[in-house]
Amino acid sequence: MRRLIFVVPLVVFAGFAVATALYIFEIQRDSQRAPNIIGAGEQNKPVPEFDLPPLLDDLPGLATADFGGEVVMVNVFASWCVPCRAEHPLITRIGEEGIVPVWGINYKNKKDEAVAWLDELGNSYRRIGFDLSGRVGIEWGVYGVPETYIIDKSGRIRYKHVGPLSRNDLKETILPMIDCLNKTPQAEKCLSGS
Amino acid sequence: MIAEFGHFALVLALMVALVQGIVPMVGAARGDIRLMDMAPPAATVQLLLVAAAFGALMYSYIVSDFSVMNVAQNSNSLQPMLYKISGVWGNHEGSLVLWVLILALYGGMVALFGGNLPPTLKARVLAVQAIVAFGFLAFLLFTSNPFERLFPPPLDGADLNPLLQDPGLAFHPPMLYAGYVGLSTAFSFAVAALIEGKVDAAWARWVRPWTLAAWIFLTAGIALGSWWAYYELGWGGFWFWDPVENASFMPWLVATALLHSAIVVEKRDTLKSWTILLAIIGFSLSLIGTFLVRSGVLTSVHAFATDPERGVFILLLLVIAIGGSLVLFAWRAPSMQAGGLFQPVSREGGLIVNNLFMSVAALVVLIGTLTPLMVDALNLPKVSVGAPYFNIVFVPLMMPVIIAAGIGPLLAWKRGDIKGALARLKYAVLATVILTALAGWLAWGYSIGSLLGIALAAWLGTATVTEFASRIGLGRLPLRNSLRRAGGLPRSAWGMTVTHIGFAITIAGITGASLWRTESIQVMRPGDTVEVAGYEFTFGNVENLRGPNYFIERGTFTVWRDGEFYTVMEPEKRRYMVQQRETTEAAIFTTPMKDLYAVIGDKADGGAWVTRIYHSPLVPWMWIGSLMMIVGGTLSLSDRRLRVGAPSRRRAATPAAAQPAGAE
Repeated sequence: MRRLIFVVPLVVFAGFAVATALYIFEIQRDSQRAPNIIGAGEQNKPVPEFDLPPLLDDLPGLATADFGGEVVMVNVFASWCVPCRAEHPLITRIGEEGIVPVWGINYKNKKDEAVAWLDELGNSYRRIGFDLSGRVGIEWGVYGVPETYIIDKSGRIRYKHVGPLSRNDLKETILPMIDCLNKTPQAEKCLSGS
Repeated sequence: MIAEFGHFALVLALMVALVQGIVPMVGAARGDIRLMDMAPPAATVQLLLVAAAFGALMYSYIVSDFSVMNVAQNSNSLQPMLYKISGVWGNHEGSLVLWVLILALYGGMVALFGGNLPPTLKARVLAVQAIVAFGFLAFLLFTSNPFERLFPPPLDGADLNPLLQDPGLAFHPPMLYAGYVGLSTAFSFAVAALIEGKVDAAWARWVRPWTLAAWIFLTAGIALGSWWAYYELGWGGFWFWDPVENASFMPWLVATALLHSAIVVEKRDTLKSWTILLAIIGFSLSLIGTFLVRSGVLTSVHAFATDPERGVFILLLLVIAIGGSLVLFAWRAPSMQAGGLFQPVSREGGLIVNNLFMSVAALVVLIGTLTPLMVDALNLPKVSVGAPYFNIVFVPLMMPVIIAAGIGPLLAWKRGDIKGALARLKYAVLATVILTALAGWLAWGYSIGSLLGIALAAWLGTATVTEFASRIGLGRLPLRNSLRRAGGLPRSAWGMTVTHIGFAITIAGITGASLWRTESIQVMRPGDTVEVAGYEFTFGNVENLRGPNYFIERGTFTVWRDGEFYTVMEPEKRRYMVQQRETTEAAIFTTPMKDLYAVIGDKADGGAWVTRIYHSPLVPWMWIGSLMMIVGGTLSLSDRRLRVGAPSRRRAATPAAAQPAGAE
C-alpha cells in the first residue's frame, strides 16, 4: 500500500505527457489540413482587388487582372529592408532562369531609392507594382518585408513565406510547390511537405 | 572557420557526454574506482569544449559574421556591442548553447569542488549530469544548429528584437538559466541517491548549496525580468502572470520548498523521499519552462506544427528525463528509511507548511499556465486564464506560508511550544496591528486586500526581527554581549533572517504597487497639465533625436507639487530602423516610498499625444526586498558547513556520514 503513493507522481506525469502528445498530434493534423499557418487568413483565397502603377517606365505595373493562367511568384520588397538584400540574389536567379515568373510589389518605398536599389542589385521582375502608401500590402496581408507568395493558375494564393527566402526554403518547399501547381489542376493537393 | 570549429567542439562535447554518462555509472555499479575516476576529467573536458563552442558563437556575433545564419537573423552591424553579445542568447539556438554551457559549468564545479563526496555518489552525479547534457547537445546538433551557414551572406543582419535591446534583459536570460540549470545539479544528486539507495544528512548538506545557488539565480532572474517589464513595457505593471514569467516562477516555488525540506533532511534525517521528489519536480519544471518558452509553444500554439521535428524531440527529452526519474523514484524511494518522528507543531511542522503550500502554489500556477493550451487543443471555446485567477488562487495559498514563516523559526525541532512561541511574538503581533492600522489610515479608501498584504508583510518582518533578537539575547543580555552573539551566529542564520525580511519587504512592495497605484491616461497637448495623486504634470514639447540604431521621440514633463517645482521627466519612444518596431522608454522618478512613472504613447491629431502617468507607492521596496533575498541567500551559501572542499579534502575517501556538522 505504501508503495502505491510513490507511483502517484509517475501516474500524474504520464497523464500529462499523454495529454501533451495528443495535443501535438491534434495540432499537426490541423496543420496538414491548412498548411503554412503563417498568414492562414490569406491562404487559398483569390488575390485581393488592387491595381498598382508601375515602378519602372519600361516594366508594367501589377493588378488583380494580371493573375490567372499561370503559376507566379509575388515578392514584396523595399530598398530600406535589409533582409530583402539578403534574399535578392535568389529571387533574381529564379526570375532569370525562368523557373517561374516573378512579380514584385515595391512596398512603402520612395521611387528613386527603389530604382537605385534595383540598378545596383539587378532586376528580373517581369512586373513591379509601386505601392508607396502600403495600402495594397495591407490587402495582401503583408506584415513584414520581405514576403513571398505563390499564386496558382486560378489566381489563388497558395503559399506565403514571411522573411527572407533561404536556399533551403526554396529547395524544400517552394520549388516542389511550384512544380506541383504547374502539373496538377487540383491545387489543394499541393501541400507543403507532400 | 571559427563557426565550424564551434560546431566541431559541440560534436566532441556530445561524444564526451556519452562516455561520461555511461562509464562512471558502470564503474559505480561495479565498484571499479578507475572507471569512476573518469567522471571528473570528462566533466572538465566537456566544460572546455562547450565553452569553446560558446566562444566561437560569441565571436561570430562580435565580428558580425553574417554568413552564420544565426548571426544574420539576430544581430546587426549597427547594434551596440552589449547587444551584439546578448544577441548570442536572444534566440532559440544561442540560448540553448548558453544552457548547455551553464550545465557544463555546474558539472565542472561538482568535479572540482566535490572532493569530499563519496566516490560512487560523485561518479553517479556526474554521470546523470552528463546524460542530461547529452540530451541537450543532441537536441542542439540535430534540430537547432547555431552554426549553420548562410549563402550568400547578407550585407547586414536583421537586428535583435528591439524589446530585447535593453540592459535589464541582456542579463536576464543568463541569470534565469543559471537558476534553471542549477536545479539540474539537485536533480542529479537526487537521481544518484535513488540509484545509490541512500539519503542521509550528509547528502542533504551536499545538495543544499546547489539548490541555494539555483534559488539565488532564479530570484535574481525573476526580479530582473519583472523590473524590465516594469520600465520597458510602459504600462506600469511588473508582473503579468504571463506564461513566460510563470515558467520561471514555478521552479522558484519548488526550489524554495526544496531549500526548506533539505534542512529537515539535514537536521532531522526525515522527509527524505519528499525531498528527492521535490528535486526531481524542480528540475522537471525547469525543463518544461525552458522548452515551453523556447519552443514558442506558449506564444503560439502552432509553433509545434511549423517545426514538428523540434516539438517531438522536446517531448521525447521531457518524457525520458522526467518519466525516467519518476520511474526510478517509484521503484527505489519506498525502500528508503524514514527517519526521526516529530509533532505537527515543531520546526519540521512549520517547514512542511512551507513545502505543502509552495508545492500546491506551483501546481496551481502550472494548471493556470497550461489550461489555455489544453482547451485550445480540445477545440473548446478559447479561454484566457489571467491575473484574476492567479490572484484569487495564489494569494490565499501564500498566507499560511507567510504566517508559518513568522512562527516556525521560533519553534524547536521535534516538538515545539506554540504557546511559548506566540508569547515571544506578542510584540510582533502588536507591531503588526499598529503598522496595519497606520497603513489603513494613510491609504484610506483603497481596497481592504491591501491591508491584508501589509499585515502579512508586517507580521513576517517583525516576527523575523523578534526571532533574531531573541537569538542574540537582545534586551536580555548587555548590548555588547548581544552584538558578540550576533557576530558569532552562523551565516545561515543571518541568511534566513535577511531573506525573510527581504521577502516581507517585497510583499509590502507588491501590495503597494498593485493595490495603491493611481493611473491616468489622457491626450495632452504641449502646455497641458494633469494632476495625478497630488502631483501636477505639465507636458512640454516632443523633440526628435537619433540613437545608434533607432530614432527617438522624447517628451518632457515638468512635475509640480503644491505649486512648487518637483522634477522633470523625459519619457521616450524609440523606433528601431531595421525592424521598424517601436519601444517605449518610461521615465521613472524614484523616491524611497514611491515611483512616479510617465510614458508617451501615440501621436493624436493636432500635435497632441496620448500620455500615461502612474503614481505607484512602494515599488522600490520590491527591488530592495528582492535584493535582500539575494544577499540573504548568498550569506547562507557562504555558511561554513556548506563550504565544500578545503578542510576535509584529504579525507575524500572516507564515507560520507563521517563529515562533522558545521557551526550549528
